[in-house]
Amino acid sequence: MLDFPRWKVLMLWGVTILVALASLPSLFSVSGLNWPAALPSPKINLGLDLAGGSHILLEADPSQVRQQRLEGMDESVRNKLKTTDATIRISDISNNNGSLTFLVDDVTKVDAVREAILPLTSGAGLTGQRDWNIQVVDGNRFVLTPTQEGIDQAVTQAMDTAVEVVRKRIDGLGTKEPTILRQGAQRIVVQVPGLQDPQQLKNLLGQTAKLEFKLVDQSALPSDVARGIAPVGSQIVPYADPKMGAPIAVKRLGGIRGDELTNAQTGNNSQTNEPVVSITFNTEGGAKFAKLTTQNVGKPFAIILDGKVLSAPNINEPILGGSAQISGHFTTESAGQLAIALRSGALPVDLKVVEERTVGPDLGADSIRKGVIAMTVGTLALVVFIIATYGRFGVYACIALVMNMLMILGVMATIGATLTLPGIAGFVLTIGAAVDANVLINERIREERHRGRRVVAAVETGYKEASRAIFDANVTNVIAAVLMAGFGTGPIKGFAVVLIIGIVTSVYTSMWLTRMWVAQWLRRARPSDLNL
Amino acid sequence: MKLLKLVPDNTNIHFLKWRLPFYIGSLLLMAASLGLVFTKGLNLGVDFVGGQMIRVTFERSAEAPVADLREEVTKLGYGEPIIQRYGKPNEISIRMKLPSGADHDPALSDKMARTITADIKGHYADARIDGIDSVSGKVSKELGWDAFQALGLAALAVAAYIWLRFEWQFGIGALFSLVHDVTLTLGMFALTQMEFDLNIVAALLTLIGYSLNDTIVVYDRVRENLKKYRKMPLPELLDLSVNETLARTIVTSLSMLITLVALLAFGPEVIFGFTAAITLGIFVGTYSSIYMAAPILIWLKVNPKSFVPTETALEKQERLARDGA
Repeated sequence: MLDFPRWKVLMLWGVTILVALASLPSLFSVSGLNWPAALPSPKINLGLDLAGGSHILLEADPSQVRQQRLEGMDESVRNKLKTTDATIRISDISNNNGSLTFLVDDVTKVDAVREAILPLTSGAGLTGQRDWNIQVVDGNRFVLTPTQEGIDQAVTQAMDTAVEVVRKRIDGLGTKEPTILRQGAQRIVVQVPGLQDPQQLKNLLGQTAKLEFKLVDQSALPSDVARGIAPVGSQIVPYADPKMGAPIAVKRLGGIRGDELTNAQTGNNSQTNEPVVSITFNTEGGAKFAKLTTQNVGKPFAIILDGKVLSAPNINEPILGGSAQISGHFTTESAGQLAIALRSGALPVDLKVVEERTVGPDLGADSIRKGVIAMTVGTLALVVFIIATYGRFGVYACIALVMNMLMILGVMATIGATLTLPGIAGFVLTIGAAVDANVLINERIREERHRGRRVVAAVETGYKEASRAIFDANVTNVIAAVLMAGFGTGPIKGFAVVLIIGIVTSVYTSMWLTRMWVAQWLRRARPSDLNL
Repeated sequence: MKLLKLVPDNTNIHFLKWRLPFYIGSLLLMAASLGLVFTKGLNLGVDFVGGQMIRVTFERSAEAPVADLREEVTKLGYGEPIIQRYGKPNEISIRMKLPSGADHDPALSDKMARTITADIKGHYADARIDGIDSVSGKVSKELGWDAFQALGLAALAVAAYIWLRFEWQFGIGALFSLVHDVTLTLGMFALTQMEFDLNIVAALLTLIGYSLNDTIVVYDRVRENLKKYRKMPLPELLDLSVNETLARTIVTSLSMLITLVALLAFGPEVIFGFTAAITLGIFVGTYSSIYMAAPILIWLKVNPKSFVPTETALEKQERLARDGA
């Protein structure tokens, strides 16, 4: 128990010093000193509640994904049947009630249709489920229903894309060091340290940026449109700015989507000097746009962003250059945002802010300063108390305590853990709790001496008997801390991490290091009595 | 050097003589705490009820103009705010319900935050906005449920661990003293109406961990003494165990208190409630490990046999075979 061969001593010191060294860069930066750039500098991250900044939790709506899949399937089925067999006629197509239904006019073609649309579905999930169920009812009515597995898969894909789009957009703002993480199946956490006004960010992320060009349905009766009734194959779309006019009817099909862009930039309209967004199509998109404008010269088409009409100009001449200008009563700021949004691509789902936390920079700086003061005062008072109570053994406990503090910081810096406001409390608390192990040991040694054991035997028994309770107590603390880390969000997770690290390092310093020091002293001084 | 000795050697205090009155007292306190929680309610923060919280510091005022501010914010037409001080008198938080429809259109809650902060900045030149939290109803429900689960699971998990390491009676004793500690702390929050937010849940979880420290130290000694003094009556044995560990209990609790008092006095105001909860927990936890966790062992009839290895089926077979032969 008290036998410490040289290699063990070297190892214990080595680990302690190595880990404690890792805390230096963080300590330097807190005290305002410069850490030499040539040396490695692992640093503890400061949580948003300390550094100031914004935390935004975004949530996607999966029902939207379902509808998108239905609409996508609608279009795919039409195209597929058109290209497979021109003699197939389908009618009564609807995708409104959670599934896509249509009638095959010629009953003899039912099998051909089934054959044609089967490749449009694919496997989803691990159970061999497909992403769509295809049923034929009443002989010739097809019902295509997306399965839950298919939806789940689509949501997962949509969220992956959404995270990428969010990242691009935030990068577009020039914000530094954002953290963007998926949380659960439908959420994304965005954390931007130092960002004080998240308004711009939220506007940018709240925009789906789905740009569409659709032909205005001129056959629609204004009276019908006013009542919200669109002709077959058309839909009613309102203006983004209601002042620009009443909602208009646009044709569902035959438009083009604005996702085939290579660039989007802000500019000013040469005549009105109003801010506009200039977009440049890629080759394919440019060709489609050229075709659309060539075929419909003289007719109006609507520029639709996220389901709202920005403007509906007449096509005066074919636009063949592959670029276009979008106007829509923008401010310089909103034009800039749209440009970023279009450059980074459309979000596959709408994202809604469900939680938002912003912390000013002063509060955090104040907290750190006060935390450091509280820690210093607490530690000094504790050191006095412990040394007064346990003398030499108290000195060992206190050196272990300081080592423990340095090691916690060192481990946190090495694994890149985040220090949060409750984390500071956790840190101070760990200091108080860490001495518990030494208190247990020292009290036990005292007791064993009273029972008449010799010095070495008393120390040995003290460490051995106390270690059981220390172990059990620390395991329960780890259980509580792990649950905290699992369930908690941001700051609480930070607290739990500090606790867990603190528990591990404190067992190391208070049981191993002090035992080594006590053993070395016993061997050196060979005391016949302990002042304890 | 003469060392400080807070607890004399070989104390022999009959702690458990008073176990019944203390138990009844504690049960009454628990009932009172629950009563307070149900009648007065906890002052739940936006984390758990949703809404918006704006933190403001009035940098050049000794005290925040709370009444004036309440009137000012109410005039904006978003309903009456809950304005509360945290820490220093010039630091306050303003809590508002989210405007109706904000769950569908987050822009509404944005607008509210902008209106209120602009209004405050306009009226009070020294107002510094320190933070804005907006939590939607849906998220707050989930946070509440997560917190509840974490607390419940933590209590059960540590009790199960103690059962595994000791005996079932010890597990129940630990669980009971945990419930006791958490209930009293909740009672304090209901009584003082300090804001109850996610940080307080972290404090409660910490409390579960640390109040168990004491319980485990006492239990560990009980286990040891049960093996050592087979014939000693249980109440006497428990008293002996508590007395033997008394010095450690006092010194450790004092160590924790020293650091906690430093945090309360000098630490960041924002976590005052958090630190207060843990400080109270240390007191309650120390008390409960002596008066809640120990006596329950008597009623649950722990006896020295609990720690004597029992015969396994295989061993019995072997013994019978031996006897038969």
